[in-house]
Amino acid sequence: MTKVVDRSPLNFYERTYLPALMEGFKITARHFARSVQGKNTATDLGDGYYPEVPWRVAEGYRGAPYLVSDQDGATKCVSCQLCEFICPPKAIKITPPGPEGQGADRPNAEKMPREFEINMLRCIFCGLCQEVCPEEAIFLQQHYSLTGLNREEMIYNKEKLLKLGGVHPGIQKWKHKLEEARDQESFPVKVD
Amino acid sequence: MSNAVTTAPAPTAPPPVEKIRIKVDGRDIDVPKLMPDWQGKLVPTTMLQACQMAAQEVPHYCYHPRLPIAGNCRMCLVEFGTPVMDPATKKPVLNEDGSTKIARSVLPYEPQTPRGAIACATPISPGMELYPSSPATKQMREAVLESLLINHPLDCTICDQAGECKLQEYSVQHGQAQSRFVEPKVHKPKAVDLGPRIVLDDERCILCTRCVRFTRDIAGDDALGIVNRGSYNTIATAPGKQFDNNYSLNTVDICPVGALTSKDFRFKMRVWFLKETKSLCTSCGTGCNITIGSRENVLHRFEPRDNDAVNGSWMCDSGRLNYPWIGRADRLQQVQVRGQASDWGTALGEITTHLRNASDGSVAIIASARQTTEELYLLRQLAVRVGALTDSVEREGEADRLLVHSDRNPNSQGARLTGIAYTEIGISIPSIADGIRSGKIKTLIVFGEDVTKCGIDAGLLGKVGTLIVSDILPNATTAVAHYLLPGCAHAEKRGTFINAKGRVQKFLKAVEPKGDARPEWEFLAELTKSLGAVDGFSTIEGLFNRMASEVPALAGVEWSKLGDHGVNVPV
Amino acid sequence: MLENIFSDPTFQFVLFSAAKIAVVFGVVMTFVAYAVLVERKVSAAIQDRVGPNRTAPPLALKIPVLGRLLQRWGMFQPMADGLKFILKEDFTPAYVRTVYFWLAPAIAVIPAFLTLAVIPFGSTLGSQKMVIADLNVGILYTFGIVSLGVYGIVLAGWSSNSKYPFLGGIRSSAQMISYEIAMGMSVVSLFLIVGDLNLMNLIQWQADHGWLVLYQPVAFVIFLVSAFAETNRLPFDMPESESELIGGYHTEYSSMKFALFFLGEYANMIASSAMMVTLFFGGWSLPWLGKPAETLLGGLVHIGIFIAKMIVLMLVFIWVRWMLPRFRYDQLMDLGWRRFIPAALANIVATALGVALLNR
Ligand code: SF4
Ligand code: SF4
Ligand code: SF4
Ligand code: SF4
Ligand code: FES
Repeated sequence: MTKVVDRSPLNFYERTYLPALMEGFKITARHFARSVQGKNTATDLGDGYYPEVPWRVAEGYRGAPYLVSDQDGATKCVSCQLCEFICPPKAIKITPPGPEGQGADRPNAEKMPREFEINMLRCIFCGLCQEVCPEEAIFLQQHYSLTGLNREEMIYNKEKLLKLGGVHPGIQKWKHKLEEARDQESFPVKVD
Repeated sequence: MSNAVTTAPAPTAPPPVEKIRIKVDGRDIDVPKLMPDWQGKLVPTTMLQACQMAAQEVPHYCYHPRLPIAGNCRMCLVEFGTPVMDPATKKPVLNEDGSTKIARSVLPYEPQTPRGAIACATPISPGMELYPSSPATKQMREAVLESLLINHPLDCTICDQAGECKLQEYSVQHGQAQSRFVEPKVHKPKAVDLGPRIVLDDERCILCTRCVRFTRDIAGDDALGIVNRGSYNTIATAPGKQFDNNYSLNTVDICPVGALTSKDFRFKMRVWFLKETKSLCTSCGTGCNITIGSRENVLHRFEPRDNDAVNGSWMCDSGRLNYPWIGRADRLQQVQVRGQASDWGTALGEITTHLRNASDGSVAIIASARQTTEELYLLRQLAVRVGALTDSVEREGEADRLLVHSDRNPNSQGARLTGIAYTEIGISIPSIADGIRSGKIKTLIVFGEDVTKCGIDAGLLGKVGTLIVSDILPNATTAVAHYLLPGCAHAEKRGTFINAKGRVQKFLKAVEPKGDARPEWEFLAELTKSLGAVDGFSTIEGLFNRMASEVPALAGVEWSKLGDHGVNVPV
Repeated sequence: MLENIFSDPTFQFVLFSAAKIAVVFGVVMTFVAYAVLVERKVSAAIQDRVGPNRTAPPLALKIPVLGRLLQRWGMFQPMADGLKFILKEDFTPAYVRTVYFWLAPAIAVIPAFLTLAVIPFGSTLGSQKMVIADLNVGILYTFGIVSLGVYGIVLAGWSSNSKYPFLGGIRSSAQMISYEIAMGMSVVSLFLIVGDLNLMNLIQWQADHGWLVLYQPVAFVIFLVSAFAETNRLPFDMPESESELIGGYHTEYSSMKFALFFLGEYANMIASSAMMVTLFFGGWSLPWLGKPAETLLGGLVHIGIFIAKMIVLMLVFIWVRWMLPRFRYDQLMDLGWRRFIPAALANIVATALGVALLNR
């Protein structure tokens, strides 16, 4: 539906800025008066002031992106580096396992990142990494108060990200593929 | 380009090419009747080639221009039609409007259904019409892709091919968004060790047999084949055999999917991050064209780059894997003067003063045939200026029947043409050694060689008054150098090499040098300029053009004419 | 001997001037600090927030009731702010023109203080006139000095060698120059009526005849709006407009150098308010308190009146900032050149005619 906004030229009175001034004053004065009586956003929400009472974020809030583990506690990320590629401010830096690197900590997934770093100073919480991740391994969670005493502290490594991210149950496709393969006894070449 | 540049026989009038007129998507086009096949023999032009000439790319998996045709993947199916012939007159039947009547090919038992032909193996005939963008062709492609994906694991997230995978690309361009296949997939062996350098994932293989044909027909090592039947078809090595010939990694390049992957590159970096730089392989005199894949100043892989005049589409494994030394931690990174850390200004200043005062014949230069032609040229100018004896070091190996050359220096011809060395490389090294022994030669300049390994042993080196060394990695010569100038690997600079057959080829810079290291030509240029030997250029292009104008063999060559594939000069 | 020196008028003049300067400077600095606090509190109230209410030095909370109250009101916040400014890293970017970069904050802040020299902030206290410099050409001096303020900003913008400050500097010079004209012309009519450029006499005239704002409402409006433009306050804060120019001319500044710009802005605001009180609202006088004070107490009352008026005007400055959005640049220029300057001119002509007719 198109909404037509009235753009007719201002009349003389309006061009003196007086109505705008008056309107502005009315609004500000109203809020001011309210505040003087001790009412404000915090009292409206009814739960006090920020540092003592942390702000309750809405569902779907895009806070800090963290890596998650599956229900077996295994790292879900397979180091496909799509998030690193999509990340607009280049906040993500992944070190792939390389030929000698450690395999994934669950069977069949073959690989996982050797190191996974998100620079929270760079991250703009856009959520593209979560959107692009084919393994549902990274989620923007509800943390919004990220602090550190220096820049290095604000670069979260894999260990920290996994710890903060917690468990996020999923369909465990690698596990199912392995089970499916094991069921195919008729296959002439032995699996495993 | 002047005639001196090319060794190709003077162009005789080419034999008239017989052309056939066909239609591609309704457009008339004349295509040659015969075209060279993978061995260069003239064979009838195929539909796929005709479509390519009409700028209609036909998707294909098993077809590779440098391999024999197999026609097994069916990806290249294209709908076509042929002129209707009157059996009596043997003349084409005409429509009412006067155009030739075309019969679209259909299934014989089901005349409503169009029947495609595999474009890679079907020759064209006069008057033929090809429909590479018709709805029927599209449908055929969709169907082929659907069946290829039936048992495909969709491992893309952990597949090294992702990003340069033809299955991914064609699925996006020609495939369907959803699979109708709901049954469990056939699972095949994963991460199979085929040989020292190759890993095979059988689930991802689409059985195009490119790898089989390559190793049998190109590498001449019949190591691979298909075992089992039906949807259990798998690629495997012959029992007890390893897939380990020196060309095995080429199959990783030609495998259209991620079935064959390189152990060296495995899980190292996603390909879409790699910056591609055109360069050359430095491991032998063939000078294979390569593409360097690097990211953020780290080299990740070498891949062959097509060049008909040199290496076709291939390169050997030993050359391909000869890169990790460039990133070695013990690279020379610090300019040193008599063992003390110094800087370029000081070192070059002192060397200039020293060389200016050196008497004629008291200086000798040993320059590696792994330096670029420009650097060798500058060293030669330096030698002329100070009256120095020069030579290079020979590196011999065994040649093979495909690419590897017995000369393991990438630029022996450069050393010869610039006058650093005689036809027989290394012939003057004994006289240099004698000169040192007799005390006549007081200053030795060494570029990129460990001279203790070629006739000037450590004791003799100790007698040299001033030893000026530039190298990349530490060795016995750099250890005793009075002036140590850290140089660059070819991936860190620009320049040219002249291969054993006299092809001048250029390479570009992929990564930044480490520490103090600078391209040798840069500081050599400073040195020769301050000594008044050569001047008048500030870039590698200028230097090359100046060299070409002075070295007789390079007459007429210019940097801008080298292109990506180089030019031949008489050697 | 000593007595002689003290009775020497030159010495007395120097002594008392120095004392007045010290006091005025101290008062203004305090004003700046608390103006910032008031600004934050008022803006918080307007925006349904609470504003600074946490800062307190360690021992202050020990004071029963009052300590907590002062904390709630944010009375210690200015100290914390000041401390923060002093302790922050003073960073000079690599590519600035260093000398001018360092000079700019000083040039921005000094004129703001210099204008205060000619403002009569009271009648007399004892034998002393309550003005630092009782100049005959007071208002001309003010305009002369005020116009220097722009150099600090332009210099900051240019010497920062970066695009946002540069744009900020350019905007600022154009804006300041435009509005200075309107401002200068708006006060001409006042002097047509009073017939004197000395600000002390101007106030005395107002004490006798009533506030000039009643005679010259048009001039007042022009002056007020121009004052907003001159002090770079919203709705005319083009030079620093955070949303489009990051911070405008002071983007590259940090620590004390930034604080000086901040100080300059508020000092300018104080100076403008004081100027307006003097020119339009009868300075230290009230309609029924128009005689220069004879007693010490009377003098103090006059100073109090002056400060009270000034505070009211500063509240206007503060309130307007949270009331109006920023002007578009072309509208700003349009307002300055196409409306205020003609209006001010017309006002001069009308006043001149009026004065001529009445005096005939
Ligand atoms: S949320 Fe956006 S900015 Fe942050 S890491 Fe993910 S992709 Fe990058
Ligand atoms: S988090 Fe997801 S997108 Fe990023 S590398 Fe891991 S699997 Fe890939
Ligand atoms: S071969 Fe291609 S389609 Fe198959 S998993 Fe690898 S990248 Fe994906
Ligand atoms: S391994 Fe690759 S090249 Fe070989 S048949 Fe399979 S898909 Fe083709
Ligand atoms: S490319 Fe023609 S059948 Fe494979």
